[in-house]
Formats: sequence, C-alpha cells, structure tokens
Amino acid sequence: MPANFGFNPTDLTRFLPEMLLAIFGTFLMVLDPILHKRASYAFGHLTILGLLAALGGSLVAYNRAGPAFGGMLVIDGYGTFFRVLVIAVGILTVLPSYRFLARQEAETSEYHALLLFSIAGQCLMVVANDLIMVFIGLEISSIASYVMAGYLRDDKRNNESALKYFLLGSFATGFFLYGVALIYGATGSVNLSTVRAQVLQQNAEPVLLAVAAALMFVGLGFKVSAAPFQIWAPDVYQGAPTPISGFLSAGPKAAAFAVFLRIFFTAFEPIGARWEPLVWGAALLSMCVGNFAALLQTNVKRMLAYSSIAHAGYVLVAITARSDDGAAALMFYMAAYAFMNIGAFAAVAYLSGKGDRFVNIEDFKGLAKKQPMAAGLFTIFLLSLIGVPLTGGFFGKFYIFRAALESHLVWLTVLGLLNSAVAAYYYLRILVMMYMHEPSEAAEAVEPLTTGLRLALVLPALGTLVLGIFPNWVLEFAGKSANIIR
Amino acid sequence: MNLLTGVLFLPLAAFVVALLLPRNSGAGRTWALLSSAGIFLASLGLLAYFDRNIGGEQFGVNIPWIQSPDIHFAISVNGVSLWLILLSTFLTPICVLISWNYIKDRAKEFYAFLLLLEFGLIGVFLAQDLFLFYVFWEVCLVPMYFLIGIWGHDRRIYAAVKFFLYTMAGSVLMLAAIIYLYVRTHTFSYPAIVDMLGSGRLVFSPNEEILLFLAFFIAFAIKVPLFPLHTWLPDAHVEAPSAGSVMLASVMLKMGTYSILHYCLPLFPGASHACAPWIAVLAIIGIIYGALVSLVQPNMKKLVAYSSVSHLGFVVLGIFTFEQAGLDGAVYQMLNHGISTGALFALVGLLYERRHSLEIKDYGGVATAAPWLSTVFLVTTLASIGLPLLNNFVGEFLVLQGTALANFTWTVWAALGVILSACYMLWMYQRVFYGELGDEVKHHMPDLNPREWAVVIPLIVMMVWMGVYSQSFLPPVTKNTAMILKQTSVNVSYRVQAPAGAKSVEVARAR
Repeated sequence: MPANFGFNPTDLTRFLPEMLLAIFGTFLMVLDPILHKRASYAFGHLTILGLLAALGGSLVAYNRAGPAFGGMLVIDGYGTFFRVLVIAVGILTVLPSYRFLARQEAETSEYHALLLFSIAGQCLMVVANDLIMVFIGLEISSIASYVMAGYLRDDKRNNESALKYFLLGSFATGFFLYGVALIYGATGSVNLSTVRAQVLQQNAEPVLLAVAAALMFVGLGFKVSAAPFQIWAPDVYQGAPTPISGFLSAGPKAAAFAVFLRIFFTAFEPIGARWEPLVWGAALLSMCVGNFAALLQTNVKRMLAYSSIAHAGYVLVAITARSDDGAAALMFYMAAYAFMNIGAFAAVAYLSGKGDRFVNIEDFKGLAKKQPMAAGLFTIFLLSLIGVPLTGGFFGKFYIFRAALESHLVWLTVLGLLNSAVAAYYYLRILVMMYMHEPSEAAEAVEPLTTGLRLALVLPALGTLVLGIFPNWVLEFAGKSANIIR
Repeated sequence: MNLLTGVLFLPLAAFVVALLLPRNSGAGRTWALLSSAGIFLASLGLLAYFDRNIGGEQFGVNIPWIQSPDIHFAISVNGVSLWLILLSTFLTPICVLISWNYIKDRAKEFYAFLLLLEFGLIGVFLAQDLFLFYVFWEVCLVPMYFLIGIWGHDRRIYAAVKFFLYTMAGSVLMLAAIIYLYVRTHTFSYPAIVDMLGSGRLVFSPNEEILLFLAFFIAFAIKVPLFPLHTWLPDAHVEAPSAGSVMLASVMLKMGTYSILHYCLPLFPGASHACAPWIAVLAIIGIIYGALVSLVQPNMKKLVAYSSVSHLGFVVLGIFTFEQAGLDGAVYQMLNHGISTGALFALVGLLYERRHSLEIKDYGGVATAAPWLSTVFLVTTLASIGLPLLNNFVGEFLVLQGTALANFTWTVWAALGVILSACYMLWMYQRVFYGELGDEVKHHMPDLNPREWAVVIPLIVMMVWMGVYSQSFLPPVTKNTAMILKQTSVNVSYRVQAPAGAKSVEVARAR
C-alpha cells in the first residue's frame, strides 16, 4: 500500500537473504572474466558461501519476524521454512554440479549466478504477502530457470528443454497475472490480507473471484507440474543438465507450492468449499498420470520427472485437506521430497557421464558391484520415494494422508495410497538393475566418487533418514508455523 | 531399556557392524554366526525371565518417539510373541550355517540383510504401537526383497518384485486403516485402543468395523498367505536362496497369522465373528488346494511351498474357530510349521547344493548314497505329515479339536488335508530317496558333514521335544490366547447392549 509505505531499517534485515543472494550473484558475474578457467571450482565455492550467508540471513530475518515494506512481504515461520528449504536445495544443487560441469567442460560463472538469482526469486515468493510481489518473485525465479534448463547451449536436448520450459512457463505466468488483475478488479487490492477481508465481507463479485481463483490455479498448477498441466515436465527434466533437473524438481516447485498454499489458504480460504473439488481432481489425476506414465519410462530422468508429477499429486492432497494439519504436512513433505529427489538426481548425474550418455535404466545395471556406496545411497532415496518407513518420504506421505483422513477425504486417501503401491514398481526397477544384474558398460565406466559428489549424496541421504527417524523438530516447527498463515 | 530392547536392537547393531566389515572375506559369515548365536542366547534370557504364571504383556517399554501425532516406541512380549521371537532368533544362526558355503557372491551383504531381516521380524512381534508395528512390517520387506532378488535362482527378479508389490499393495490399505483408527481415537497405542473398545468409549458402526477389519485382514492374509492371495508365495519360495526360503516360510508367514490373532480379533471382534465362516471356508479351500497342488509338483521346493499354503490354512482355521483349543492349536501350529517346514527347506537346500537341481526326477536312491541325510529327511517328513510324537501332530490335533467344537463339517474337510499331506510328502520321499541310484546322484551325494549336522540336530531335537512334551510350550500360549478370546467375546457382548445395529447383535447370538 503506497499510503503507508515508509522506509524502515528493520525492513532491510527482513529482506536480507534476497539481498545477499543478489549481491553474490552479481559479484559472480563480475568475477567471470577475472577468474575464468584459472580456478574452476572457485565459482562453486563462492556460490556455496553465498548460499550459506543467505541461510544465516534468513535466520536473522526470522529473529525480526513481521511484515516488511508496508505489508508487501511478511516474514513468518512459514516463509522462513521455505526460504531455508530453497537455499538448502541450492546448496545440494551446487555439490553435484562441480563434477558435472567439469565433465562437460562448461564451468562458467553464469551457471552459478543464475542459480543464485533463481533462489533469490523463490525466497521472495515464499515471503510475499502481495500478489504483485509473488509475481515478481515468480518471474525472477522462472526466467533464471529457463536459462539454466538450456545451459549447455550446444546440446539439442538442452535447447528443446529450455524452449519448452520458457514457452509453457510464460503461458502459466500469463494465466497467473490475469488472475491477479481480476482479483484487483474484484476487491480493489492485491494484498492477500486485504483480499481475504474483502472476500469474507462478501464485497467481491463471486463470479469474478471464482474466475480469478481458477486462473491462478492454472498458473500455479503449471509451476508445480500438477496434472492436467504437467505436459512440459518430462521433456524439460529430461533435457536439462541433470543437477538442474534436480533443482527444478525441488526448488521452484517448493516455492510454487508455498505460494499456492498461502494464496489459497488466506485469500481464497473463505471460498474453500468451491475450489476443493478442483484440487481434489487435480491431486488424483496427478497421482495417476504420474505413476502410470512412469511405469513405461526407460529413461531415468524422464521416470523421475513423472514421479515428481505423482508427488505433486500427493502434495495437492495436503492442500485439499484445507486444515492446519494439511499445511504442516505440505511443509514437511516438501522438505522430505526436496532431499530425496535432489539426491536421486545427484545419483543420476554421477552416473550419467559426458553429455548425459548413460541415463537409461539399463545403464544402472550392476552399479552396486562397482560403487556400493553410491548404489546404497541411491537405494535410500528410492526407498524414500516409494515410501518405506524410516525414511522422510514415508513420514511425509503419512502426515499428508492423516491430514486428509481428518478432513474426511477417505476416497482420496485410499486411492492415493494404492497409487503409492503402483509407484513402488518403477522405483524397484532401478533397484533391480543396480543390485540384481551384472555390471553394464556405464557401471564399468563410472568414476570414483569425488568429495563434492560424495557430499551431494550423503547430505540428502542424511536428511532423508533424519526426517524419517527423528522428524520431531521439523514437524514441530511446521505445525507451529502452519497455524499462523491466516 | 531392558532385555527386550536389547534383543530387538542387537540384530540392528550386528547389521551395522556387518556393513562395515571388509568385502570379499570370510569375516561376514563368521560375524553373522557369532552375532546371531549371541542374539539367540540373549533371547533365551528373555525366556528365563518370562513369568509364565501371568497372562498379558511383559517386559514393557514405552518411550515417546514423536510428539505429534503421538507415536510411542512401545514394545512388550506376550506368551505367543515370546515363542515367535525365539523361533526367529533360533533360525537365524541356522540360516547362516546353511548359507555358509552356498553364498559366495557379495557374502557380506547377504549376512547383513539376514540380520536386518531378523531385526524387522522381532520388531513386528514386539510392537505395541500400531505405527511402530507398521514400520517394522515394512522394514521386513526390504531385506527379503534383496535376499530373493540378488541371491535367488533364475526367475529371482520376477519373484522378488512380485513379493514386494503384493505385500505393499496389502499394507497400504492397512496403513489407511491405522491412520483412520488414529483419527478416531487419537492414539496409536494398541492396548489403549483395546481398552477403549472394552470399556465402550469407542464403538464402530458395523460397516465401519467390517471395512477396517478387511483393511487389516487383507494385508495379513496376503502375508499368511490365505487362498486366493497366495500366488506370490510359490514364486518367492522357489526362487529364494535356502536361507531366504527358511526365513520366509518359518517366520515371515507367521507375521500374518500372529497379526490376525493379535490385532484383528481383539480390535474388530464383531467383524471377525461375522466374517469367520467365509474365512474358514477359504482356509479349508487353501488346505485342500495346497495339498492337491503339492501332489502334482515336479519341483521339491514348490512342493514344500504349496504344502505351506496347506499348513497355514490350518492356522487360520484354528484362529477363526474362536475356541480355546483352536487358538492354542493355531499358535502351536505356527511354531511347528516354523520348525518342520524350515527344516524341509534347509534339507532341500542341502540336496540342491549337492545335485544342483530341485526337480524330483533328477533324484532317486539318495538313501543308498547318503543314509544319514535320508534319515533326517524322513524324520522331518513324518513330522510334517503329523505323525504322533512329533510336533505337527499336537498342533493339528488341537486345531481339529477346536474346529469340531465350532463346526463339525469343517473338521471333516480339514482332516482331508492331513491325509493328503501324507500322500504328497511320502510320495516325494519315495521318489527322491528310494528307487534306482543314478550315476549323477551317486557321485554328488556325500552324507552330512559336521556343519550340516549342526543345522539339523537342533531342528530334530525341537521336533521331538515339541511333539512329546508340549507342556513346555503351551501354558504361556494358553494364557495369552484365553485373554484374546475374552477380549474378543467381551467386546462383542458389549456391542449387543449398544445400539450398534442388528447385524452385530445377530453375530453375538449366533455364538
């Protein structure tokens, strides 16, 4: 609200992570001509430094929690949770990138700078309390991601991936923006709290409001790759550089879900009964489309892309529950999902070889014999994706379906759980390949684990196991933050 | 922390140590043997300190694990689970011994998975918190999947995946039911829920109860396996390595029957009674069908696998008689089947190691070449078909007695299974051990060596002991089953007073 906009120094503290990320990103761009080729790992180290600083920044900001810039941002537990999550995703993306970029001989600072910008956009999205701010964050994040998807510019698939992502992504943002415009028309405000108040007082034209909600649902549905807006995901994930595929499937998705939940649980909460069937259908469709299509895939990256569509379906179940428990379950699930999915993509990046030669499921044959440690860690991610107990993936599913049952969504729960049994099949195929066959050409050619890769696999595995065995702390934080969203 | 926690976590600790051992050395098997023998001794301590004079749970441990939802690490042991734990800890060292020379490839991992499996199995029998129970239930799946998939025979991958998916499909429904129970009661504690049911603070509508019962029962019935959900079992058994078959048949199938007894009956008494006739008929079909299929099997392992379907039918039938004798017999039969079918799989494994074939037609005259092996096999065969003085006789007798009290027609049909079991087992014995001694068999059939004696002697001793003096084993079982029976009938009679609908009233009257 321009009327009450006054500069306030604490606002800057609350905005610290985004500022740090932007500064480090710019700095990296400037460094490129100076450092180029002389110290190829320096960019990675600097990026991690920047991300760690931003991590500290988010904690500092959380200590001064409250609205910033006249209520355009609101720094709360919920926003901080997702800020920390997307920054952690960033760190876990940089780790496998060291070796990956060296192998492709493509170590430039753009890669890392774009990553930082994208994360800055996501950090902004998750604390935005104003639809314009959401839109700005979304655009910063998306545009950087489009470029990253096509980072290896001599590679045909990278180009296809980037172009598809860009075109469909722009459409999605267009839908979203249209929704924002209609909201402004209907309520005279883009501030979520004000919109909510207007909706509660039934000042808004109901048809306009419903159309706006539907348009935003379409836009955000694209961003989280929920069916029926999932078409882009397999091609983009398959084509993008593997660490970036992992990043795309975790970071932007987590941020988009955070925004999704915030908008639909605050502004549109009063008309919840009307959008619930919509999300219900999208949840079921995503689970089915994702899981059944993944059954047929032979390319592991593509399989993981479909699996991430299915997982988006599980998360939508949490939104369908329309309760604080649902919100907490979504937060927990996104954390668990980020760890296991980034880990899985890191494992694929490790095996894939120059130019992504080895990304077929057959290439995983006998990996357990050649690299028992990498195979073992990959197994943890796959078991977590299946939802076997003592992993974060299991607890995530458990909390989601508990929230669903508490909201009496019995059928969605039963169908969702049966879906997860179907999903077990395609994850098991990778386990079968790794453990029950003789080594293939790819497994023979695989290089020993470097420190970066080792960390890229061990850290998410630890995260997955900790979330699966001692989920208390994260869960408590999620539960505490979930009920203050409104 | 007490002895029980120790017995539960020792296998996990042993598993972690096994993973850290160097690859491609004999250290794996030595460590597995020593640690599993140590775990067995620790579990004997459990037996020594178990108070046989009181029914109900003992050695209880209850530590909060997760605050929201309220999940506890709650374990304890009762008169039934005590024996099943001992069965697991008793068979693990035996499994190590039968794999001693057979497992060469990635031996360290093999033994590590075996120990992890032991951890999961013990956990399933101990858990008193439904969530914890589910955790252990699924944890068992992973090591068994790898045991079958990596070290199995030709069609091992198909069998392993089928095994995993079948069990998973059943257990997700159980998970839904567990969460539903939590939403209704706000606790995962099994004793607390049974208590609520007993005192009438928790009442299910008949429909609700039937659906919940089915969600649990189908998961368990797949594991048992009850006809017609048994199709994963022959594949898994035939393709698994001997140690895997032994653990699968002897202990893993008991996860299903124990859980039916421990969870389905006290939690859903009305539905259990209502479904009992259907389940009993399926159990009897299983008994006869399993026996008939065994009769025509050309493959020894498949024959023993189908005989398991038949034997486990008795267990399920015994449980759903709701008679003291039937329940006791069912539990005793679980243990008997664990010992005698475990022994059969181990012995078939020994034959396979010698002749590298599971086909009956490749054998003949083994008795001439390896007289001791044949004698031991004969004792096991006789135990399996229920010869008096050997273990299965006691269990089958009790089950049939209980069945006769409940419904005499069932007894007649079930007894048919006993006769058929004599047919298929003795016929197999005749074809394998008597007759013409072929060259192949003659040159590849040394008699038992000391390691193999160490495998078979404990098993034979148990068969005779359990057959001759069942009083060493039955009293704690009876105490526990009597309690279950009481909970089952108390909860049903409560329902008669409550306005719960005509159906459950009818069920109670039918009793």
